Amino acid sequence: MKLKSILNAALFTVLTAPMMAMAVNDMPGGPKVNQLNLHKPVTQIATDIMWLHNFMMVVCIAIFLAVFGVMFYSVFKHRKSKGAVPATFHESVGVEIAWTAIPMIIVIAMGWQATTTVKAMKDTSGADITIKATGHQWKWSYDYLKGEGEGIGFYSTLSTPREQIAGIAKKSDTYLMEVDNEVVVPVDKKIRVVTTATDVIHAWMVPSFGVKQDAIPGFVRDTWFKPTEIGTYRGQCAELCGKEHAFMPIVVKVVSADDYTKWVEGKKKAMAALAEDPSKVWDVAALKTKGEAIYKDKCLACHQATGLGVTGAFPALDGSAKVVGAKNDQIAILLNGVSKDGKMTAMASFKDLSDTDLAAVMTYTRNAWGNAGKGTEPVIQPAEVKVARK
Amino acid sequence: MSSISIGHTDDHAHDHHGAPTGWRRWAFATNHKDIGTMYLLFSFIMLLQGGALALLLRTELFQPGLQFFQPEFFNQLTTMHGLIMVFGAIMPAFVGFANWMIPLQIGASDMAFARMNNFSFWLLVPAALMLSISFVVPGGATAAGWTLYAPLSVQMGPGMDLAIFAMHLMGASSIMGSINIVVTILNMRAPGMTLMKMPMFVWTWLITAYLLIAVMPVLAGAITMILTDRHFGTNFFNAAAGGDPVMYQHIFWFFGHPEVYIMILPAFGIVSHVIPAFSRKQLFGYSSMVYATSSIAVLSFIVWAHHMFSTGMPVTGQLFFMYATMLIAVPTGVKVFNWIATMWKGSMTFETPMLFAVGFIFVFTMGGFTGLILAIAPVDIQLHDTYYVVAHFHYVLVAGSLFAMFSGAYFWLPKWSGVMYDEKLGKLHFWSSLITFNLTFFPMHFLGLAGMPRRYADYAPQFADFHAFATVSSYGFGFSQLIFAYIVYKAWYKGEGEPAKANPWQDADGKGAEGLEWEVPSPAPFHTFEQPPVIGAAKGAH
Repeated sequence: MKLKSILNAALFTVLTAPMMAMAVNDMPGGPKVNQLNLHKPVTQIATDIMWLHNFMMVVCIAIFLAVFGVMFYSVFKHRKSKGAVPATFHESVGVEIAWTAIPMIIVIAMGWQATTTVKAMKDTSGADITIKATGHQWKWSYDYLKGEGEGIGFYSTLSTPREQIAGIAKKSDTYLMEVDNEVVVPVDKKIRVVTTATDVIHAWMVPSFGVKQDAIPGFVRDTWFKPTEIGTYRGQCAELCGKEHAFMPIVVKVVSADDYTKWVEGKKKAMAALAEDPSKVWDVAALKTKGEAIYKDKCLACHQATGLGVTGAFPALDGSAKVVGAKNDQIAILLNGVSKDGKMTAMASFKDLSDTDLAAVMTYTRNAWGNAGKGTEPVIQPAEVKVARK
Repeated sequence: MSSISIGHTDDHAHDHHGAPTGWRRWAFATNHKDIGTMYLLFSFIMLLQGGALALLLRTELFQPGLQFFQPEFFNQLTTMHGLIMVFGAIMPAFVGFANWMIPLQIGASDMAFARMNNFSFWLLVPAALMLSISFVVPGGATAAGWTLYAPLSVQMGPGMDLAIFAMHLMGASSIMGSINIVVTILNMRAPGMTLMKMPMFVWTWLITAYLLIAVMPVLAGAITMILTDRHFGTNFFNAAAGGDPVMYQHIFWFFGHPEVYIMILPAFGIVSHVIPAFSRKQLFGYSSMVYATSSIAVLSFIVWAHHMFSTGMPVTGQLFFMYATMLIAVPTGVKVFNWIATMWKGSMTFETPMLFAVGFIFVFTMGGFTGLILAIAPVDIQLHDTYYVVAHFHYVLVAGSLFAMFSGAYFWLPKWSGVMYDEKLGKLHFWSSLITFNLTFFPMHFLGLAGMPRRYADYAPQFADFHAFATVSSYGFGFSQLIFAYIVYKAWYKGEGEPAKANPWQDADGKGAEGLEWEVPSPAPFHTFEQPPVIGAAKGAH
């Protein structure tokens, strides 16, 4: 008796410990405590998915009850202990045809219900705003590609403190589903999300929108959502991507059109403040150091560390007249690439690099190897690249 | 049939060899029963190992936060749990059943290729060792998930290579085993046993063996490409060099979906013997069962991409794979209806094999219905890679394959051991397994619907109660399997129990289990059917 009460107490503690210790609340935009069904939908697609799931579940439960009603009737009725005598029937072509044909009709009808939704989900045309979501081990980055906010880009990283994960600090209600930079989108606008990744496959999921799209390295895929309610909505990476898979959430803030415009302005100002000023005049040593790093990253594979290139494939930069010659010729090559017979050669355009980066790498090549002291114009400043761009 | 002398007790009557003894009996085994026994023992050990890993990962998931393991080790646990259960436990267990029962059921003296049979078993042991020791190599075991998706699997440490070689060996073993089974079934049936008189278990294994021969080389190809991407500079799955990571998924699931049916068709076969035996009634719709099994096998080749809806397929691709997947529900439904029609107006008793068989139909069908729901592409987009999927495939693989195997084990244990197992303990094993299984996995449906992704070492506290509940229940389920271990140990190793009759599942009036395996004594002698029995035209073996 005593042992039993101890066991009961122990079992009670074990089962209730998680609830007692935390006393969590529903997560705004995330799962509710002990949520039993799908998230409350905030897009038409998510509403359709909810309906499809409920429809499927009701039909399946009905069939389940009918079939197992029969089975359990038989289990309780046709027992040897109740004196049941076995019948001898063992086949019936008519019955077999019936229970092949009827389920066939049912499953086709089920599929038919879903067909329009499948088509709607894949229709990413006519988007108001296009955002690229890039998966990295283990965070997301976002680039606003088209529509209001174009040009905005940022990384979005888990903001839950490590102390909460380790159990030293109390877990918040948004534990593991909160980030430093949220994706912000306007309400009632069609948002197209283009996904890709830099390392392994990730998946961009927001249950409230009915969106889950793999982000595949080297490929782009797209999906879309059109939120109908202002609020914050949370999701997580849904494709195993390595050790921190559970720690790269997705948070989307849906705001009014006005608030969105304000956010875009604020974000652009903040980005401009961070950007390098192309009118800054650099000293030569700093430009060379910066340029060497860029050379290693972008140029070395072809032109080699020695600047001698690969004979017959990639020209040498060491001793090249183009490198030590007039500034503007070299700037033009880097901005436009080199064409031969109307086709771009392996020397493609590097205009995606910033003015400062281009100035730095060219200054480096003008002063490295045997080129040092040869040219008359050894230094290129960012402002000169900026002028040449126009 | 009974006029034929079966079950020699005097092995010296054979001119070729005496009864092997000691370790040689097992190391050099060529007898289908010994090899079957080794397969079953091996798979049970792997089941315990895979189960231990599952309990460890459930332990970490008992509460949110990281308490016991770091995420990298957690991922190793989930990956190795999957690999060990699929390739180490379920597949070899069915081969064990095949080795023991197919020759007995078709009246053959042994498997067609006795030495290859030995080789295909012994390949499994180094494979299992490689999988097991991969935990202690630098970087630990592979943590890329049992599906080994590239490019994540290309990032892994040497544990990944061990897993690849282990799967190569297990694949070679499966292919050899399958060829052996196909040749045995097609060439060594007793005179008079036409294809349409074969027992259902033999039919399902014949079809399974063809599936295995078709898809195991595909898996071998996929993992070999990963191996060369890892070490030999190829770029099959590296987009930066013109490869395609999604191609890996297509190749893997072209293997992986038929694999799902490889793991369930023999289970259908076992249940198709147990239900008629304990209903004291012939199997309803034998030929439709054969056709349904064949249709499932054919359809299994054209549904693979339903695992990949969220990779972003074109509309036509999604619609094709959605409808094709839903069609599989039709032949599967036919099988369930046939089993219930077999029970209908029977005279049922509920010994442990029957309990597991009825439990199988009940819980497997729940997994079937969640499969139907997941087949709906828009719903799958919402539920893919969540706990809903975890619940779904554990309902079909644990409550499906594993329960059917328990059913078969209790059904044939008297034939293997010569004694009746402990019925009370058997029933305890059934009820505790059924209840704890459902308590463990049913709440996972809710977690998945609420958006809890799978393969997560840590989760939002809103999910905590269901996780805690599942963890406690999973201990119950895990430890319930020790009851089975004890029952088998007691009956088979210690030989304790009431001596079994040749057909322990037959009433005095001749109603009950039917088939050639019940016409040899219990335990089945070392050599059986050295002279093939003759099957009468009037009576089918099913």
